[in-house]
Amino acid sequence: MKVRILVSLKESVLDPQGQTVRNALHTLGYHQVKDVRQGKVFELELEGLNRQDAEKIIPEISDRVLANPIIEKFSWEIMEA
Amino acid sequence: MMKFGVVVFPGSNCDYDTFHVLQNVMGQETVFLWHKDHDLQGVDCVVLPGGFSYGDYLRSGAIARFSPIMREIKKFADSGGLILGICNGFQILLEAGLLPGAMLRNKNLKFLCQQVNIRIENNRTAFSGAGKKGQVLRIPIAHFDGNYYAPPELLSELEKNNQIVFRYCDRKGQLTEEANVNGSVNSIAGLINRQGNVLGMMPHPERASENILGSEDGKVIFRSLIDYLEKKKGTGKKKTVRAVRPAVSPLPPLIGTF
Repeated sequence: MKVRILVSLKESVLDPQGQTVRNALHTLGYHQVKDVRQGKVFELELEGLNRQDAEKIIPEISDRVLANPIIEKFSWEIMEA
Repeated sequence: MMKFGVVVFPGSNCDYDTFHVLQNVMGQETVFLWHKDHDLQGVDCVVLPGGFSYGDYLRSGAIARFSPIMREIKKFADSGGLILGICNGFQILLEAGLLPGAMLRNKNLKFLCQQVNIRIENNRTAFSGAGKKGQVLRIPIAHFDGNYYAPPELLSELEKNNQIVFRYCDRKGQLTEEANVNGSVNSIAGLINRQGNVLGMMPHPERASENILGSEDGKVIFRSLIDYLEKKKGTGKKKTVRAVRPAVSPLPPLIGTF
């Protein structure tokens, strides 16, 4: 089973990297870009789990290791069963 | 004499500097503690040194917290043992939950390697008792992720409990935006846990403990720890800060594989 987990800074936390990317895009003339938030993507391959177990374990992994819950939030999707 | 333990993770790079200052400048018994060890060798104080443990993979300090030695360090902290985290050591303490809050990338997105001034905000701790409140220390920083962040509720709690021990300031001790080089909330450069036995700081006192390196201000932190431990142990033989400098003895080689 393949899972994609997206970790990014919470809305309440300033993201200077995202702002820098936005400024670069503005320099190139893409003024339509109102905001950029930068994050990390993790692709996990899980085995020996049914969907229900996976749905339990993925947020656990994200919360305990992949994201720092003080500053980051995460979302995830199962790519292939 | 007190016994200090300097933890060595794969990627620690201030371990020898810290060991040198504790042993040769401060004249204390010092041992290295290997990240795979399960024994703190009866040390009075654990120091987590600076560096890039585990290559700063995932987040600075995020992987080091899973090292076997960290289990012992948590137990040591729970029993009131003194723990000093410097730079990456501070980041590890945050990731391990031994100190509250988190580190963000520096506000200017640059690795900062420079002298900074920090002001002692609270000198009633085991880590700052040899200094005066309001005293300005000149100590270098070297980090990418030193922009300390705490959510508003936590921040007001830290302020209320006097847990902020050092703040970035200018030469005169004024808090300015310019002096707060990495963008930390409330200019926080170092903080202590509620119990008062775990302190993390981004500046490197071990790089400012000899005049030849431009500053001896970092010794205030080590002196404070030694004074505190001596008082606690009741050895009573309090030496002055200008202790006779012991002969420099060679540092032990590192044994073990990463």
